[in-house]
Amino acid sequence: MSRSLKALLPLVASTALVALAGPAFAQGKAAADGPKYGLGRAATPQEIMGWDIDVRPDGHGVRKGKGTVAQGQDLYDAQCASCHGTFGESNRYMPIAGGVKPDDLKTGRASSLREPSGMRTVGTKLNYATTLWDYINRAMPWTNPQSLTADQVYAITAYVLHLNEIVPADFELNDGNLTKVAMPNRNGMTTNHGLGSVKGKPDVQGSSCMKDCVKEVKVTSELPEFARNQHGNLAEQKRSIGPARGIDTTRYDPSASAAKPAPVAVAAAPSAADPKALLAKNACTACHGMTNKVVGPGFNEIAARYQGKPDSEAYLAKKIKSGGEGVWGPVPMPPQSALKDDEAQAIAKWIVGGAK
Amino acid sequence: MRSVSEKAARPIGRVVPAPESHLSAETIRAAKGRRSFLATAAAGGLAVAAAGKAGAQAKEAPPAISPWTRSLGAPVGAMGYGSPSKYESAVQRRQSPGLTPQPQSSVSFTPLQNLFGIITPSGVHFERHHSGMPEVDPAQHRLMIHGLVKRPLLLTMDDIMRFPSVSRIHFIECGANSGMEWGNVAVPTVQYTHGMLACSEFTGVPLSTLLDEVGYDKKNARFILAEGSDGSALTRTIPMEFALNDVMVVYGQNGEMLRPENGYPLRLLVPGVQGVSSVKWLRRLEVGDKPWNAREESLHYIDLMPDGTHRQYSGVQEVKSVITTPSGGQLLQGKGYYEITGLAWSGRGKIRRVDVSTDGGRNWQQARLQDPVLSKALTRFRLDWNWDGGPALLQSRAVDETGHIQPTIAQLRAVRGTRSIYHNNAIQTWRVQPSGEVWNVQIA
Repeated sequence: MSRSLKALLPLVASTALVALAGPAFAQGKAAADGPKYGLGRAATPQEIMGWDIDVRPDGHGVRKGKGTVAQGQDLYDAQCASCHGTFGESNRYMPIAGGVKPDDLKTGRASSLREPSGMRTVGTKLNYATTLWDYINRAMPWTNPQSLTADQVYAITAYVLHLNEIVPADFELNDGNLTKVAMPNRNGMTTNHGLGSVKGKPDVQGSSCMKDCVKEVKVTSELPEFARNQHGNLAEQKRSIGPARGIDTTRYDPSASAAKPAPVAVAAAPSAADPKALLAKNACTACHGMTNKVVGPGFNEIAARYQGKPDSEAYLAKKIKSGGEGVWGPVPMPPQSALKDDEAQAIAKWIVGGAK
Repeated sequence: MRSVSEKAARPIGRVVPAPESHLSAETIRAAKGRRSFLATAAAGGLAVAAAGKAGAQAKEAPPAISPWTRSLGAPVGAMGYGSPSKYESAVQRRQSPGLTPQPQSSVSFTPLQNLFGIITPSGVHFERHHSGMPEVDPAQHRLMIHGLVKRPLLLTMDDIMRFPSVSRIHFIECGANSGMEWGNVAVPTVQYTHGMLACSEFTGVPLSTLLDEVGYDKKNARFILAEGSDGSALTRTIPMEFALNDVMVVYGQNGEMLRPENGYPLRLLVPGVQGVSSVKWLRRLEVGDKPWNAREESLHYIDLMPDGTHRQYSGVQEVKSVITTPSGGQLLQGKGYYEITGLAWSGRGKIRRVDVSTDGGRNWQQARLQDPVLSKALTRFRLDWNWDGGPALLQSRAVDETGHIQPTIAQLRAVRGTRSIYHNNAIQTWRVQPSGEVWNVQIA
């Protein structure tokens, strides 16, 4: 059924009903099938079409469109590679690709997942291609979601499938074949467990023994010494009154006073005037280190290049908003259109001022 | 003590992605290699001495009269919306360093070690966002209900808050709570082992009321898709069994509107089910006949089993408990009386009993349950304990009203292996050392 029909059908019936019956509560009588409270209003087909973006494995919600692996590669390189890696290999987030073995496509079970350190990737885990399409469409690119056209989503999905060696390089993905893509782990999911229902049967039951229950108690795992201050000083994480204090864990880490490993602090609300808060808020630090290259150049490197050059502040502010590639290498920076002008200006000013 | 030259630069046993993360074989090896060095009793004396300072320093104690007794205090209304005392600044949500690459797709943990009773103050309710926290304008916000219904509806917040409402106390626990500890001990305190957990009084409209209002298709409707209005437009499939039972469309939390980080102005609440199903910033409910296989139910929030299959749609949070005092990272103030206290909960109903062991599970004593004991809510338990100053291994074990008994980590691993990430409801062990220090340990 086409998208518009799917949205329209229930509505035709509904407007008629609402008009005839009206709310039962308001009328003081119980119409068998009418609304009881009569609050809100009917959602129009246009409104439903705008929001009803979900796509199900059985084809429910599939949108018209098409895209090739080659088109997808261009889009991916421009909008996705900066986080996910050129070949989808980055494990900074869940890896997009890797771990799929040739036999998996036949068996529908990603054999890598049986191995103790098997690769958990989109390729080895996902059971339906519709889910990949749905998520790219609703939530990607991360800083600019719901900005892609249906054709672009088909193209990027095709490319990600190709990175996982699920479809060939000349493949075109479209609304006709999206539900037919056989994923390497299509048989890898089970609902045969007790966690899907309140009445489900637990698979692991504890013991009700009260006395002499175990012969030997052996500690098998605890934090290694070097990790004891990893979560910051525990003395500062417990209130200073009551039956217990927090342990001063800084003494486990002699290097702590010299180079304090910053525990992830309770964040202050970012203000437009604070460029570092803007960097955190807008995920700039996902790709740019303060003093090191991550995906893009470190802020110190950018500062070194543009300090003292005329108009560099305006240039950088524009560049931050528009994105680009080639200045620092082949990996492009996606446009940061969500940034306000004064915010981009504040970041640019901070960089030109030395990025300190 | 370790040498000064030994730098602790690398992150501890963690891999990079999301809180549903797991330990890689490589990081486990690295951690084990460095475990040989355990400063235990040696350093303890220092710590007790340091901690005793607070009491000794009380220069305002009798017979002296404190300055706040001999002066006029601040006026009422000085703060239109009050804050905790400045002396309570230790009570904060915190992130686990290195757990996630970006704070917009991350988690902050509830400081359970500092809380009393069963209600979590809204300001320290744990946070989990997938694409950051949106600032939703309640006047512009809409809830759409459509799909297999007779009357697709669009509701404003005005409309929703006019429906007959209910208030109920329920816990929300992330499916990945305690997920970092499937393989081995990874974090130091109860904030990080169990802090993706909170319990609030929620106010909202029963979903069943809204489903009746739209005239859902009683013959074909089997699932509901819930969708958020944040940048991830997060979706989860809710089976009708839950939707018609106790699921709520919630706007109130602990007497006020939801906090922005917990879904303001509207969220779903699926009591007893892992937190991701209680979709925040709720904008859409679609009634359908099949599950959606959304990203958060096929790439994440699925439980990897030893045979390489994943358990899908694994929602229910099974019976679980943890001692919050004394607990990991704490320092006891000398031997003598302590109240062992903690929290127990089950996604299948009420807590029936809690047992506590101080000897690593050899012997158990029944704890007192603090009223109220509510279905799918945190229950506070307490037990008197005289600490003799010797080593102790503290554990709690909960039983719910269905008779399900909380298992040990060994029992869980025997069935589910160590890579599941989700639904770790194992008995937690805290080791009390003669120094008074309490450490997170696992025992075989």
